[in-house]
Amino acid sequence: MTATAMPDDRTLPPPPSSTADVGYWGMALFVATEATMFAMLVGSYLFLGTANPGWPPPGIERPKLILPPIMTAVLLLSSATMFWAEKGIKRGDRTQLRIGLSVTIVLGLGFLTIQGFEYADKLRKMKPWDHAYAASFYTITSFHALHVISGLLLLGYALLRALLGHFDGEQHLAVKNVGLYWHFVDAVWLVIFTTLYLSPRFY
Amino acid sequence: MSIAAAPVPERDPAVAERLTSLWETPKNIVAWLATVDHKKLGKRYIVTGFVFLFLGGVEALLLRVQLSRPENQFLPPEAFNQLFTMHGTTMMFLFLQPVLSGFSFFCTPLLIGSRELAFPRLNAFSYYVFLLAGIFMYLSFFWAAAPDAGWFAYTPLSGPRFDAGVNIDFYALGLLFLGIATTAGAINVIVTVLKMRAPGMSISRMPLFLWSSMTMSFAVVFSMPALNAALVLLELERRWHFPFYDPRLGGSPLLWQHLFWVFGHPWVYILFLPATGMLSMIFPVFSRRPIVGHTWVALATVATGFVGFGVWVHHMFATGLPQLSMSFFSAASMIVSIPSAIQIFAWIATMWYGRVWFTTSMLFAIGFIVQFVIGGMSGVFSAAVPADWQVTDTYFVVAHIHYVFAGSSLFAVMAAIYYWFPKMYGRMLDERIGKLSFWTMFVGFNAAFFPMHILGFMGMPRRIYTFQPGLGFDTLNLIESVGAFVFTLGLVISLWNVIQSRAVGEAAPPNPWGASTLEWLAASPPEHYNFERLPIVASRDPLWDGQYTFGPAYDEGRLTVRTSVLDANLEKVIEMPEDDVWAVLLALALLAIPIGILWRWYGVAIAGVIVSLAMLARWLWPSHRRVLETEI
Repeated sequence: MTATAMPDDRTLPPPPSSTADVGYWGMALFVATEATMFAMLVGSYLFLGTANPGWPPPGIERPKLILPPIMTAVLLLSSATMFWAEKGIKRGDRTQLRIGLSVTIVLGLGFLTIQGFEYADKLRKMKPWDHAYAASFYTITSFHALHVISGLLLLGYALLRALLGHFDGEQHLAVKNVGLYWHFVDAVWLVIFTTLYLSPRFY
Repeated sequence: MSIAAAPVPERDPAVAERLTSLWETPKNIVAWLATVDHKKLGKRYIVTGFVFLFLGGVEALLLRVQLSRPENQFLPPEAFNQLFTMHGTTMMFLFLQPVLSGFSFFCTPLLIGSRELAFPRLNAFSYYVFLLAGIFMYLSFFWAAAPDAGWFAYTPLSGPRFDAGVNIDFYALGLLFLGIATTAGAINVIVTVLKMRAPGMSISRMPLFLWSSMTMSFAVVFSMPALNAALVLLELERRWHFPFYDPRLGGSPLLWQHLFWVFGHPWVYILFLPATGMLSMIFPVFSRRPIVGHTWVALATVATGFVGFGVWVHHMFATGLPQLSMSFFSAASMIVSIPSAIQIFAWIATMWYGRVWFTTSMLFAIGFIVQFVIGGMSGVFSAAVPADWQVTDTYFVVAHIHYVFAGSSLFAVMAAIYYWFPKMYGRMLDERIGKLSFWTMFVGFNAAFFPMHILGFMGMPRRIYTFQPGLGFDTLNLIESVGAFVFTLGLVISLWNVIQSRAVGEAAPPNPWGASTLEWLAASPPEHYNFERLPIVASRDPLWDGQYTFGPAYDEGRLTVRTSVLDANLEKVIEMPEDDVWAVLLALALLAIPIGILWRWYGVAIAGVIVSLAMLARWLWPSHRRVLETEI
């Protein structure tokens, strides 16, 4: 191997940001450690279930399935609009990116609003210090809500930059990173929804 | 071996000057705080870690004075509890892990022929978070409220009923804060090792230290969350009475033990694997031949990292778990000894087939083998359920943990210091003083810790602040206390060696040991930009077989190269960030959060969140000084 084998790519136009960007790797690993944190919390919920006569324990009713399916639908839709925004900027369409990010933010805020109603209803029935079940329920769902808020801040940051004219078809690593985080927040909700809301129906 | 025949870097004064002006950190206090140079930060990690070793060591000596004779009144029980807790917490979290990471941060870019870590500002940030987290935990002594429930802080002892003060809050909030630094550092190392290696350094040619620091970093990424979860739940219970660990309200104290050890056992390998990786660099150099079984050692490293996640229950054999679960974890714990044995035999075979050069570094490495074999044996012993029931919570376990961490990881750190000091500071350490230090430490260590095995069998429980005379504990405890002071003396001799050699030691050539890896191609100490022309390699031991050459200088900006994960094909020239004070400012702003929660100044905590978010936004905003329009 000789020195001439190394192409001098400084003379070439900048290559498109690929998934191999170091920043994307960093975000992927961050998401991996965050996902593990959720796995630990959900695991704790299930472990505490084995230490109790019933789960939810006797005296606490199973969570109602009225608002949570709507929340799930809203969040899944927001993932779709995020995909659409990313697809737009890949083609260099900054308008589609701006619209997509705005709609995603509105849907995320909608999710939090519905969760507010859900909490108001829940808090009338059980307080987090009443029982380990209630404590885990509120800890997991509010930890997720914190991630939704972080995701919204990231989306707002991406939208601000998009409005200032940043990003084009080649250079949009920040959008991809924000997208990865947002899809993660949505995917985790599916696990939480299944574990906290659906699974008590089956045992 | 033909070092002379190998290509030497062409020197071009004009290029060197341009690169220096690009990469140099000016000599003033703001620049000192703002620097993102991985060499400076790596050394800062190591020095700070050793300051914490000093603090943890003083705590240990106080404990040993108290235990040197029966019914001693030197320390009251409350102080004894705080000291042994802070001793363990310091050594585990503030000394070993940061020092081992410090070596990773210093060496990794040099070992892979790069100019920086993948995320230099993140590296500065994690250093300051580590420093502030350590200071935060040590401030507890000023309120006489240091953590006092042992370094693994079992509930309900650490819960609000039995520990009502702020002691455990210092522990929980401090470790949560420190976790940010640990996780950020791990992500940095993984991405650097996978994406920044010199062109041609395919994964099969990668030095073994990188295998171990990468495996360790992956273990951090997937184990730290378990500790974070355990601590968040503990703090919620202590502060707002969420009854996670309270069986009266549906909680379970065992949940803490599971979460803590799901983290804790991988953590053992996090503190052990980088040590083995450093030794896999040192043994071949001082045996004057390539390591035997390179691939096997790499695979053994990764295997240890994986199996390390499946053994946590062996810390919980005495908690009344089902027989089946104990059998499974007992078997898994014994299986872990196989990859460890592969590494040990690879090193022995390397020495066997080589010509051993007994430098101080090599002596510490051989000391590691002796003490790790003893610590490994007591580990296999404790992995057997009936034997563990006999010795659990006795001094036998204390002996085991110290043989593995002090006798092994610390000895590896010493070997690494004697090995890499010339690269770090451009001076040789004194070999005669070094050997004196080694023998003092070796004798002191074994005198301090070997008798603990016997005391454990005799039934002396750990964590008691004193004992009655006439139980047969007196003599052995006195020997241990004397040994602890001898061990400390050995460390002090090395400290003196470092201080003295740093000032007046013999100047080090670029490659004083005739080693084979790329860091020895750089000057001693390396230039600010590491390499004038970035190296390209075509073998595992490029400096021994001459299979390397140089690419362009890339001197238009802070540039280095990004390569593909497996084959290390050149993908792109990337631009690295400038020095930046936001890292230290962000770390300070974040510190407001644990302080606010600790003293119930929730306004301060909320202000800390808001200011941190604003700083983060500023940090992430693309800079306008770029020469390449990429990476935004």
